[in-house]
Amino acid sequence: MKNAIEITGLTKKYKSFTLDNISLSLPSGCVMGLIGENGAGKSTIIKLIFNTIKRDSGEIKVLGRDNRDRFEQVKQDVGVVLDEACFPDCVKLRDIDAIMRNIYKSWSKKQFDSYCEKFSLPRDKKFKSFSRGMKMKTSIAVALSHGAKLLVLDEATSGLDPIIRDEILDIFNEFTRDEEHSILVSSHIISDLEKICDYIAFIHKGKLKFCEEKDALLERYWVIHCGEEAFRALPHNRIAGYKKSKYEVEALITDGAMPNGILAERPSIEDIMLFMSRGDK
Amino acid sequence: MNIFIKNSGGEPIYEQIYAQIKLAIISGELKTDELLPSIRNLAKDLRVSVITTKRAYEELERDGYIYTSPGKGCFVSKQNIQLRREESLQKIEEHLRLAHEIARTSGISRDELLEIFELMGEE
Repeated sequence: MKNAIEITGLTKKYKSFTLDNISLSLPSGCVMGLIGENGAGKSTIIKLIFNTIKRDSGEIKVLGRDNRDRFEQVKQDVGVVLDEACFPDCVKLRDIDAIMRNIYKSWSKKQFDSYCEKFSLPRDKKFKSFSRGMKMKTSIAVALSHGAKLLVLDEATSGLDPIIRDEILDIFNEFTRDEEHSILVSSHIISDLEKICDYIAFIHKGKLKFCEEKDALLERYWVIHCGEEAFRALPHNRIAGYKKSKYEVEALITDGAMPNGILAERPSIEDIMLFMSRGDK
Repeated sequence: MNIFIKNSGGEPIYEQIYAQIKLAIISGELKTDELLPSIRNLAKDLRVSVITTKRAYEELERDGYIYTSPGKGCFVSKQNIQLRREESLQKIEEHLRLAHEIARTSGISRDELLEIFELMGEE
């Protein structure tokens, strides 16, 4: 199997929002970051991947199989973490274990226990008294304890402190050490995911702006700081986005000859996202 | 072998990996035919993208520092240390000649030039 997720021509229309003809694929063994502002369509894509909402058109293959074809079998191999961990308030960890044992064929109590231990989750407390971080970690522990080959996370790390985010990053890193394991992670906090992602897909207002190798992306652009005049002298087709302020113009431009005296630096993924979404206003 | 990755400073990560493995090979820390970590494991241990380490290995292979044995992994190539040294010396000479030329045409004395060089060593 070459691609863990393969989406072609995916369209979903709402009254005031359209997810427009999205095509992207996540190669097996890789980590893809799905980025974009709130309401860009990231969660819509993830819901469509799990077939929980109806598409208008397009194809989605998950782990090599069309997601309208006996998808419950494929779901056994997919771990999901959504932005809200949804367990009943009154359950404790051992209840979650009992529930999951009946849902997932290859559920491993041992693995679940070891993750709970690792995350220092309290055994005797009810789920409702868990902090947000604990809830998220519980979700992640579940997602990783049934032999999943694909992990899909929707805003799983937002609202968590940097220490927990770092721990989670480590876990993703370990997970993808196996070359059959892939991750799709959507987020608008990308700085901490930036390092481990192999691919970045940027969704803006329902459209896919790009989906490509992170390294290639970072090498294509420069952020420059210059004056109004120098900015106007730049070839128009090299400008991907800009921001004017009183004393300077900041712009994202494609690689190429750099005019003299212009201060240029490499952008972060976040810079690229910010400039590009500003560009069409 | 130590590999340090700096995220700031603009030097692409694959180049940092390339340079440090190259140094480990030239200095003899990595021996001929020694097995290198797999592309995937190195990426995970350094917490970088698999594509990044793949690129570093590809360039090391292209430049003759390592070779790939399909299904087994990447290994250190036999290095002609003498030749590598010769190459480096040639490169240094080229650059120094250029520096010397600049100094000569702008009236900077030999002593000043040497002083710059001395200071570099202290950094």
